[in-house]
Amino acid sequence: MATLVREFGDIDLAEDATQQAFTEAAATWGSTTTPMSPGAWLMTTARRRAIDTIRRRSNLRDKLGSAVPPLEAVDVPLDDGRPEPNQLLDDQLALIFGCCHPALNQDAQIAITLRSVCGLSTRQIAAAFLVPEATMAKRLVRAKNKIRNAGIPFTVPDRSRLTERLDSVLAVIYLIYTEGHSATEGPALIRGGLCDEARWLADLVADLLPNQAEAWGLSALINMTDARRAARTDPDGHVVLMADQDRTLWDRDLIEAGRRRLAHADQLDDPGPYQTQAAVSLLHAIAPSDAETRWVAIVALYDHLLEFEPTPIVALNRAAAVSKALGPEAGLAALDELRAAADASGELDSYRYFHAARADMLLRLGDHRQAAAAYRRALDLTANESERGFIEGRLALCRDLS
Amino acid sequence: MRYMLLIYTDPNNRPDPGGPEAAAEMPRWFAYTEELQRSGALLGGEPLHDVADATTVRVRGGETITTDGPFAETKETLGGYYMIDVDTLDEAIDWAAKMPHIDYGTVEVRPIMELPDQG
Repeated sequence: MATLVREFGDIDLAEDATQQAFTEAAATWGSTTTPMSPGAWLMTTARRRAIDTIRRRSNLRDKLGSAVPPLEAVDVPLDDGRPEPNQLLDDQLALIFGCCHPALNQDAQIAITLRSVCGLSTRQIAAAFLVPEATMAKRLVRAKNKIRNAGIPFTVPDRSRLTERLDSVLAVIYLIYTEGHSATEGPALIRGGLCDEARWLADLVADLLPNQAEAWGLSALINMTDARRAARTDPDGHVVLMADQDRTLWDRDLIEAGRRRLAHADQLDDPGPYQTQAAVSLLHAIAPSDAETRWVAIVALYDHLLEFEPTPIVALNRAAAVSKALGPEAGLAALDELRAAADASGELDSYRYFHAARADMLLRLGDHRQAAAAYRRALDLTANESERGFIEGRLALCRDLS
Repeated sequence: MRYMLLIYTDPNNRPDPGGPEAAAEMPRWFAYTEELQRSGALLGGEPLHDVADATTVRVRGGETITTDGPFAETKETLGGYYMIDVDTLDEAIDWAAKMPHIDYGTVEVRPIMELPDQG
């Protein structure tokens, strides 16, 4: 019980979950079916019941539980937040909506946003996305022609279509951030310039649309994720997994800014995927260590996220959290289930993080041979040099252990 | 700006042209056209006969080649058009989204190319 109270940061939740686990034990254990280690069985079952309970809680505040400094204590409007009414900023927002108009394809939206809103040069954008400058120049010309010829307006959409159009704005900002945060190719893992631009954009859009919960959720998510930037690579530029990161390098100011922004979003009572991911980020941010992270709540949040985004990638993140909350066997079971479900598309098998996650769980189980095989598969699929270095290090570890 | 709203449907996935559903749709098209007219946006528009009644014409080496049927065999076929004059693409999209067939068909919004004045 004490362990669960510490893990959940919530006495009532721990009591209920423990009670349910004992009830289940009474119903299912017989003279011949008692588990090998009843204590571990009870703990795992209690954690599973806690996940179910948290999942059913309606708002983020309750999902996060008392582990988190109470979100409702934050004053809204934020003192560092909403700018005064300002024609210049309104024009900026109108420009963003024009650049992210769904009549443009997404590559064009990203390029024209970085060019026209952030003021990056064609050369800078080309370098950030690792395409030849001429290619990027052509993409920008095509986008500008379409905007002019098709009559794409530079206005903030009216209420009836704001939510739908905001989706595409937020998607563009998120993609700029993830491209900066986890470069798909090339030597550096993090292209900081793109992260800076994305954070600035996300904060701006949120500040100018104070009633749009998901805009605030994205801004919270990016602030809290970006807080870990300095810890994500070692001095040689190699990737450092969150579990191994030096948490003193995490930027407390960005975490606090993210927390306040998530609080604002939560008060608007309109849940969504960015807010949910921001809540996961917050639980990481406040955890003293990987082991002391509230993984049970994180699994429940991923369950919630799956309702918005039933994608294999989200399910993969959930499986990784399951392996932390319930152990590597449970994580592997979740991955197997996921692969069976996704087999038809074959999408997952070509995804490097799937094999890397599997390898990590196998390694934790002590199956070095299978772990090495999974790492090799991940290596085959990875073009990012920093990530390759990391996986090669893990392969060496597998060899040493076996 | 002027836009052509091209009305597409899939013959295998639409109300039977002679059937009661299509008949019930007709008054909605009339009402839609009237709304466009009242808004001042309508420049023109007509329904087209089925692609089965289309004739495709080419002239190759001075010879006129006439064939039965549409130019391109596609799943969705052009069934009619409206030409409208509105301020922005958003307004054109709004008009497209209001068409009676939009739940099962498609509208392609094409801006009209404004040629330089020849006068």
